[in-house]
Amino acid sequence: MNFGFNDEQELLRSTARKFFENECGSDTVRRLMGTPEGISPDLWTKLAEQGWLGLVYPEAYDGMGLGLVDLVVLMEEMGRAVVPGPYFSAVLLGGLAILEAGGEAQKKEWLPKIAAGDRRVALAWMEPSAQLGPAGVTLSAVEKGGRYTLSGTKLFVHDAHTADALVVAARTRPGAGADGVSLFLLPKGTKGLEVTLLPTMDQTRKLCEVSLSDVSVGADALLGAAGAGWAPLARVLDRATVALCAEMCGGAQKVLDMTVEYAKIRQAFGRPIGSYQGVKHRAADMLVDVENSKSITYYAAWALDEDAAEAPLAVSMAKAYVSDAYRRVAAAGIQLHGGIGFTWEHDLHLYFKRAKGSEFTFGDATHHRERVAQLVNL
Amino acid sequence: MDFTLTPEQESFRGEVRAWLSKQMRQDWVARLSRGSDIPRPEAYDLLRRWQRQMYEAGFVGLTWPKEAGGRGLTFMEEMILQQEMALAKAPPVLNILAIGMAGPTIIAYGTDEQKKRYPPKMLSCEEIWCQGYSEPNAGSDLASLQTRAVKDGDAYVINGQKVWTSLAHIADYMMLLARTDPSAPKHKGITYFLLDMKSPGVTVKPLKQMTGDAEFNEVYFDNVRVPASQILGGLDNGWAVGLTTLMYERLALGFGLQVRLRIALDGLVDMARATKKNGIPVTQDPVMRQKLAQLWIDTEVFKYTGARAITKLLKGELPGPEASAGKMMWVEGHQRVQELAMEIQGAFSQLTHGSAWAVADGLWQHTFLRSRANSIEGGTTEIQRNIIGERVLGLPKG
Repeated sequence: MNFGFNDEQELLRSTARKFFENECGSDTVRRLMGTPEGISPDLWTKLAEQGWLGLVYPEAYDGMGLGLVDLVVLMEEMGRAVVPGPYFSAVLLGGLAILEAGGEAQKKEWLPKIAAGDRRVALAWMEPSAQLGPAGVTLSAVEKGGRYTLSGTKLFVHDAHTADALVVAARTRPGAGADGVSLFLLPKGTKGLEVTLLPTMDQTRKLCEVSLSDVSVGADALLGAAGAGWAPLARVLDRATVALCAEMCGGAQKVLDMTVEYAKIRQAFGRPIGSYQGVKHRAADMLVDVENSKSITYYAAWALDEDAAEAPLAVSMAKAYVSDAYRRVAAAGIQLHGGIGFTWEHDLHLYFKRAKGSEFTFGDATHHRERVAQLVNL
Repeated sequence: MDFTLTPEQESFRGEVRAWLSKQMRQDWVARLSRGSDIPRPEAYDLLRRWQRQMYEAGFVGLTWPKEAGGRGLTFMEEMILQQEMALAKAPPVLNILAIGMAGPTIIAYGTDEQKKRYPPKMLSCEEIWCQGYSEPNAGSDLASLQTRAVKDGDAYVINGQKVWTSLAHIADYMMLLARTDPSAPKHKGITYFLLDMKSPGVTVKPLKQMTGDAEFNEVYFDNVRVPASQILGGLDNGWAVGLTTLMYERLALGFGLQVRLRIALDGLVDMARATKKNGIPVTQDPVMRQKLAQLWIDTEVFKYTGARAITKLLKGELPGPEASAGKMMWVEGHQRVQELAMEIQGAFSQLTHGSAWAVADGLWQHTFLRSRANSIEGGTTEIQRNIIGERVLGLPKG
């Protein structure tokens, strides 16, 4: 047993840390989050040059062929720097959906371009009901004469406004189960497809509403077989959930680091505030939250890489734990900084807002605890 | 990153599993499955025999060097053993203070004579050890201990008092910290003695706990003579030696605690399944499902944080202050398991052993009460937070 990272992974970590310190410091994050795109072509190109846009894609599609444990390292560093932009949506949601569900031709067409930074694909699966699971997919795709007509609304779609194409989950057979959920790949500009950027609390992460009114596509727009889209989608979501947990771990670690540094230098009543147990003990609790978050996230990533039977359970344990932990850590970080931590100028709010948004992405702790209860047959 | 076991480790697991399935006492399985993970005083004889059996099968002191009577294996085998014991709901090792603390400390600091004399009888449970650290005025602030040791010829004369001393009433030896140089700063001038509990002048008085049991004791020393050869790790060096013991304590506990938490949680889940409220099993109530699932998650998280610590150990790093985090997590998890057990029992949680209405013969009432000590014994949660704050995060001392 070895529950640690290997030398290559440690090298990836130090490379990524230096990269984001140089290329995506706080000034850059703030500048980019204020733009509708949330990313600059320059930064996106540099991410592609590092090979990170194709990190988890097989080499056959110009990827690096690495696993989730490797991805965890990169995601932690991205979370540490609250990197804005569509990495998550394009590489892990849209890209992985094509990898998991798509046919060979679709994979060959899209994945090398995503890895090169030339194309981005978003994933539209949630709807205004905000219901997770197959029952939440109600957008209809009616087949007639070999063509499908899609109508309905998708919500909470990451970066649809800057994507070159959308993967849309729709129902080709009525019902609430997994059976009958199909995935369609729709290029930007498809007639009847409308994308609206929504104002978000976490400005580093862009969310859209996508409405489809009588969008007509051929069967060649299907990703995989009709009606069989839920299983690959679930695999994408499990992977993206663990990647998100890793990003949250990195953010939480950064909040802890900032807080500890501040507690060492900030004086009150003639002593550093970190010498007071009221501060010290809360910082200790933050450390426990951060370390535990990493442990369960690393394990979940390993379980997915190994295709272990308990991988879905590990994923839900991770998301349940980390959702609560990052929220607690970010809140404690603001509290221990005092007034300065509440200012726009200080970076803490970027992490606090990212923690809140991430908490409700792919299901919050309550949702995943219930999934754990089901998976362990409570 | 790799959680798979080597063929040798798999075969060790098989060896342990086969042995446990043959040797486990079924009355213990039944008792432990209901959540009692704490040995009660009346169980000592049984536990002594159980450790002896485990020792004869070669399952005590796995990580100890062969010359000390151990098997010279790694922490992986220790972890496998603990996991298998949990699965089999096996009783704990009685002489845990010797195996977990006194032994490793003697192996690290002892003279050849001491290393030959003591460790083997710890493993076989022929000699039980207790820990003479805390005093009425020295608990969390251990270094202010006042028990005196004054040199007299080739011996030291001990006077003073220890308190909260688990197993002292059945112990043969004590790890004793006493002040040999009162003029030195408080962390210096302390010496670590290996004290024969049968020495004249040693008085053990059981202390009744809020559970009604008397697991721990007050120990009085009235002109107790200890030969100078019983000093461990050198005169006035007791603080460093004692800290080594505490480091091993948290390490040893770390393995055992994860197992105990799992046993308690499994018992809780079984009880929840068997308990109906408003006509449905507790496990079908959405609020209770949330609470049970959170404890399930916390127990697993604890396991994997422990696995990361073991990875460090296997790479040759010493157990560090991170162990404090593990202890804290266990405390929090276990106390919540016990609180939830009471919540599930509801009105019945008021009834104890002796009532036909009591759930599981009042076992949970006992473990619930006992769990209040968890955040005090082995270093209070407040002290663990200080250790994490100061030694892990580098925050200034208060």
